[in-house]
Amino acid sequence: MKLTRRDFLMTALRGTIATALPIGAFKFLKPSEARAAIEGTNVRWGFLVNTYKCIGCGFCVKACKLENEVPYNVQVTRTWVERYVILKDGRFLADTPMGGRDGFTDSKVQEEEVKNEEIAKGFFVPKLCNQCENPPCVQVCPVGATYQTADGVVLVDRSWCIGCGYCIMACPYGARFFHPVYKTAEKCTFCYHRITKGMKTACVDACPTGARQIGNLKDPNYPVTKVILNQRVAVLKDEYGTKPQAYYIGLDKNVR
Amino acid sequence: MKNHVLRPLFVVIAVIALILVARYFYVPSDFGIYERGFMYGYHRKSNEGEWKAFKVKYRTREYCKDCHSDKYKSIMASKHRIIQCENCHGPAIDHPENPPKLTIDKSRALCKRCHTYLPYPTSKRATIKGIDPKKHNPDMECSSCHNPHKPDMEGW
Amino acid sequence: MIESYVQEAQWTIKELFVYPNEFIYWSIQIVMYPLMTGLVAGAFVLSSLYHVFGQKDLKDMAKFSLVFSFALLLVAPVPLLFHLQHPLRGMQVFFTPHFTSAISAFGIVFFAYSIIVVTEIWFVYRKYFVERTLDLKGKEGLGNTVTRLLYNVLTLGAYDIGEEAQQKDEKAIKILAGFGIPVACFLHGYAGFIFGSVKANALWMTPLMPVIFIMSAIVSGIALCMLTYIAIMEWKKFRIKTSRKPWEVTAEEVAGVEIELMSKSSKYLIGFMIAAITLEILDLIFRGYMAVKSWDILRSVIYGKDFVDIFILQYTFGNLLPFTLLLLPRLTVRRLAVALSLVLFGVFMMRWNVVIGGQAFSLSFAGYMHYKMPFIPYNLETFKEGFFGAFTVGIMPFILFWGINRLIPSLRYK
Repeated sequence: MKLTRRDFLMTALRGTIATALPIGAFKFLKPSEARAAIEGTNVRWGFLVNTYKCIGCGFCVKACKLENEVPYNVQVTRTWVERYVILKDGRFLADTPMGGRDGFTDSKVQEEEVKNEEIAKGFFVPKLCNQCENPPCVQVCPVGATYQTADGVVLVDRSWCIGCGYCIMACPYGARFFHPVYKTAEKCTFCYHRITKGMKTACVDACPTGARQIGNLKDPNYPVTKVILNQRVAVLKDEYGTKPQAYYIGLDKNVR
Repeated sequence: MKNHVLRPLFVVIAVIALILVARYFYVPSDFGIYERGFMYGYHRKSNEGEWKAFKVKYRTREYCKDCHSDKYKSIMASKHRIIQCENCHGPAIDHPENPPKLTIDKSRALCKRCHTYLPYPTSKRATIKGIDPKKHNPDMECSSCHNPHKPDMEGW
Repeated sequence: MIESYVQEAQWTIKELFVYPNEFIYWSIQIVMYPLMTGLVAGAFVLSSLYHVFGQKDLKDMAKFSLVFSFALLLVAPVPLLFHLQHPLRGMQVFFTPHFTSAISAFGIVFFAYSIIVVTEIWFVYRKYFVERTLDLKGKEGLGNTVTRLLYNVLTLGAYDIGEEAQQKDEKAIKILAGFGIPVACFLHGYAGFIFGSVKANALWMTPLMPVIFIMSAIVSGIALCMLTYIAIMEWKKFRIKTSRKPWEVTAEEVAGVEIELMSKSSKYLIGFMIAAITLEILDLIFRGYMAVKSWDILRSVIYGKDFVDIFILQYTFGNLLPFTLLLLPRLTVRRLAVALSLVLFGVFMMRWNVVIGGQAFSLSFAGYMHYKMPFIPYNLETFKEGFFGAFTVGIMPFILFWGINRLIPSLRYK
């Protein structure tokens, strides 16, 4: 009996249908449900950093590590502070010792003694996950372990992450790392466990000068939202198209 | 006589079926596509609740002020009012049940965070009164002369 | 909180201004993985050149490279399993693939490709399986019984080895080999896409990456098959010369076939080498010309820190030198073996320069990271992501091939 193309296709089709039935296990939201869910949300978390106010004390980094159980004596951190010293000859020096965990207690930058007269400007830049609107880290996760909530926070499911590190490579801001104990991808969560209870993030609470602020970008009553709307603000590396939601006052061209 | 060419196809279908059965048992039932769509919202929904339930450690000074009212009033009347109690003493967590005592850190490292003088134009750091830690009484604890809860006056 | 350490800090040395979370996260095993999948793809394409395009001179090579491609395929997931922090969760790529990620393609492509290779091997060897089953019928001994059962299962109950059935087999092989070429290219092209699509990495981000990877993969596959074939033929000649009993072929006949086949194969190799190097040079020229924001730091990495790795080791030793050796007249087996080894080294260096080179500079564009590959392992991760982990992955295909070859012999001496 000759095998006809019809026979082959019919057998393949029957087989495929038989095995496709369990695919109904996928959970989908109907497009209308999804639209309603997003438009219905009235919360979108955003962050505001004022680099004029940051004094480089590092209490935010310490508080974040202790609040979020990131091992204290390792270099990786969910948030960090960078120091920039721009010299009068145009050179810039930058450092971030242990992410700024112990503050900045030495006038030496990058092992270079800097004379006070040589300094044109100097400032501190706190950084954290930008909880981007188009997060490239979520796009590249192969198994759906990292995701974005309806209110804009990007989280990692520690029980599902396989530890491939693709999300870490995909983040242009260096916000992600492997948790040394859980060995899954880790990053700033905007203290999701705090903000969803009406508290502020650990770093915002710890900051003595109010350089860090968090708020709901959809609520015009939040001071953060008012500033972003009415004052001159910038974001980091916007050329990547990630639409970061951490806004900066006083960002300088030297900031990396 | 069935065509033997199809035999490998049956093996393949059997393998796929096996994978789908394994998937049914392994993958949690609430794994799916949620509000942010497939690209950004493909996940196990119950993980969101797990993150929300994470333990809060830092309580802010509102938690400290009733029992430690003397220290609270003292510091709130001074320039150090902007520093949270827990910044220096560590997170309260469930104090006084756990931990029964918080640390009292008297090291120079703690004070050097803000008070190492760094003359950076455009930064608020330059406005903080500070010293060169290598030169200013390098062997002594800062709190020997300065009261952290009442730093406006020299000494205790 | 249990105090711990950052494992990647064991092999990362930071210089100047680097973000605190930056380390060399993708190290030697991520270099080995595209190397392995490249060899898989290349070996299969070589085999298909005979089955699909009827390149009769490659007939002997075709069977060998098909089975070797299978041995390589079995080893391909191993570097990934060594790299993953949670290797047992690796199967989640099959269960909940997030298709916006290039890595999720691994599940589909690897599975599809495995099906094609295994099925094609089945069609090529079905007659052999049936013959062996019939041969071993009635023979005594547990070894024979087990072997017979094994071959019987492998026949999948299709015992007809008549002319018509064999013609059906041939047709199926041709179709599978035809489908297999784009799938094999996809198996390696997606690896190029994994890197090329990462906009955060200034060195990796280029649309040329998938094509560069495919071209150099085919180069590596052809080179490895040729080299392995030479090694086997030389061993065979040695055994003929030193054996007391006469063989059905003489050493001279073996040598004759060998050099004939190798000369023809090397023409294909040269062609793909030209394609691969052209694309890489093109990418370099464009970068220098456009000089975008990242060019300053990239230039200092490419022409400074990694100059030896790129221009001496990869381009000169791995491309120019073997190219010259292959083109000089009166090609000998010895010269060929040297050239092929250099080609494979060049392909390895290309993977190294992409993966490690891409992490040699910081996201700040103001600092560097140096990769110090662990050599003597002192814990699990310095084995897995160190020299010996890579070495294990490197020799596994040969060990597996030796085992597979006993069941499915692929080396004919006619």
